[in-house]
Amino acid sequence: MRFVLALASLRRNRARTILAVLGVAIAAAMLLDMVMLSTGMRESFRQLLLSRGFQMRLTPRGTLPFDTEASIPGATGIAARIRSRPEVDLVSAVLGASVHVLRGDSTVTSFALGVDPRAQGDYELAAGADALAPDAIVANEDFLRATRAKIGDTLRIAAGYDPQLRSHSGERALVVAGRARFLYLAAGQLAIALPLRTLQQMTGAAHDDRASLFMVRVRNPSTVKEVSRWIRDSFPAIDVISTSDAMARVDERLSYFRQLSAILGAVSLIVGFLLVTTLVTVSVHERTGEIVVMRAIGVSRLHVVQQIVLEGTAMTVAGAVLGTGLGLITARYLNTILSRFPGLPAAIDFFLFQPRDAWTAIGLLTACGVLAGLYPAWRAASLPLAHTLREEAVA
Amino acid sequence: MTVLVRARDVRRDYPLDGEAVHALRGVSLDIERGEYLAIVGPSGCGKSSLLNLLGAIDAPTSGSVEIEGRNVGSLGDREVTAFRLHHIGFVFQRFYLLPILSARENVELPMAEAGVPAAERRQRSTELLRYVDLGDRLRHRPSQLSGGEQQRVAIARALANRPALLLADEPTGELDAKTGREIIDLFGRLNADGTTVVVVTHDEGLARAARRVVHMRDGQIVHDEASSG
Repeated sequence: MRFVLALASLRRNRARTILAVLGVAIAAAMLLDMVMLSTGMRESFRQLLLSRGFQMRLTPRGTLPFDTEASIPGATGIAARIRSRPEVDLVSAVLGASVHVLRGDSTVTSFALGVDPRAQGDYELAAGADALAPDAIVANEDFLRATRAKIGDTLRIAAGYDPQLRSHSGERALVVAGRARFLYLAAGQLAIALPLRTLQQMTGAAHDDRASLFMVRVRNPSTVKEVSRWIRDSFPAIDVISTSDAMARVDERLSYFRQLSAILGAVSLIVGFLLVTTLVTVSVHERTGEIVVMRAIGVSRLHVVQQIVLEGTAMTVAGAVLGTGLGLITARYLNTILSRFPGLPAAIDFFLFQPRDAWTAIGLLTACGVLAGLYPAWRAASLPLAHTLREEAVA
Repeated sequence: MTVLVRARDVRRDYPLDGEAVHALRGVSLDIERGEYLAIVGPSGCGKSSLLNLLGAIDAPTSGSVEIEGRNVGSLGDREVTAFRLHHIGFVFQRFYLLPILSARENVELPMAEAGVPAAERRQRSTELLRYVDLGDRLRHRPSQLSGGEQQRVAIARALANRPALLLADEPTGELDAKTGREIIDLFGRLNADGTTVVVVTHDEGLARAARRVVHMRDGQIVHDEASSG
């Protein structure tokens, strides 16, 4: 009966109920987006780092991957030594460099990754074949579009450019073997991958066998710390960044986002709370006579409170469910805008949907709805009966 | 006959602008089971205050009110609410039906609160609405009923849990003369069928219909007489 009464009360003022539900839905959408934003980017980054199973990144001491042009000599030897550890499953040496595609009078500049295609963790092949041959490359969609190349085409690519002499160096004819999706590159960034040795030869890094980065995968994740320590001790010029180290740095850099989303999330909760409180208070005020008569004929205070709280909760839950859908749509839209953020991998999702986030948003708002209804409900159920009946009769 | 209600030296003071207004000044009254009693008097004489005390929706400042042998003034909120639910039926001047519920649902409300099973509620509410001649208005909302019909629904609601005492505060106050007479007849029928009825009224017709009339003035009973009713 209480549930029937609560729903009937909401139906009585349909327009007001619909507007309230919409208001709560907007607050819920904002809250969900903020919860998704506060956890999504971090989780998305973690998933990205672990997407190919590499738990450690090795960089020249004091640098982050591709932060500078610094590189590590003796890549083959270092990789072999690390690979010799029983805990280590895979080591991938990577050299990063800018390359220029020579197209008659014009050139197209692109980022190039020198990798071992059999052990790489930087891209996923989308079409064609991998860059297994010394003169083969795989390129991303943006590169192919910019150079108007397609799989099977041969391109003249140079690794260096002397602006005084206006001449290119390290020029090679390379065949586009396949199309790939690069995991860590920003949206719109042109990229190719080719065998490490070929890029080393083109850039002049071959004589001392340089690499910009090593990625290491261990068989058992619990051995990451131990292997990291061994690498640091064995190679003093190398920094080891484990996934947890990287996440700590990401956390540090994302603290702004988290604070912002916490504040905006709290604001949307407060707005939802105030909205429901106001509407329940107005609704209760309009029905003072009815409520007092219910009490007079023997309806308990608890049941009156339950009925009014149910009204607030029903509005909140309806709004929260609607808001979840709305939040997902807005998150998707905002994600497409924010994914163009310069310098961030295109694969990063700012708003990563996790069911836990939706339950958190719905749960928080429902709790707000219950709390919002409690005070006006308790006040209404505690009105002095005789006095209020007299006032109602006079009114 | 046995005494159903016993009020002894009941006083009720209300604070107003820092001073006490003495609504009731030492009222003592016995109401026997099966009685039909009308409380009359000028406005502000304390009729409704007395009715509120007899109905346990207010507590006396001093003195005692016993209904079916229980001192209702000493009960806590939960107990007194349950007591009203099971022992007292209220009829108000302005009907106070829930507009969102049908006539039958309004009658079912006190039974639902009392935990009566749904099938039994439905059966009894239908019987009660037939008793008040609204057997063809079960599904009507209050807004679809006339004033007299609404008051009859309110009377059926008051009878839902078979109360020992039916209290009515100006039950014909909002009705025209013809409809008022129908309600007066209904109260007469209810009393004839064994319900103890106490009405507060300005309506001479309703007072005449009662078998006992209590006259009040300035918070006191000034005359208590048997009526020809």
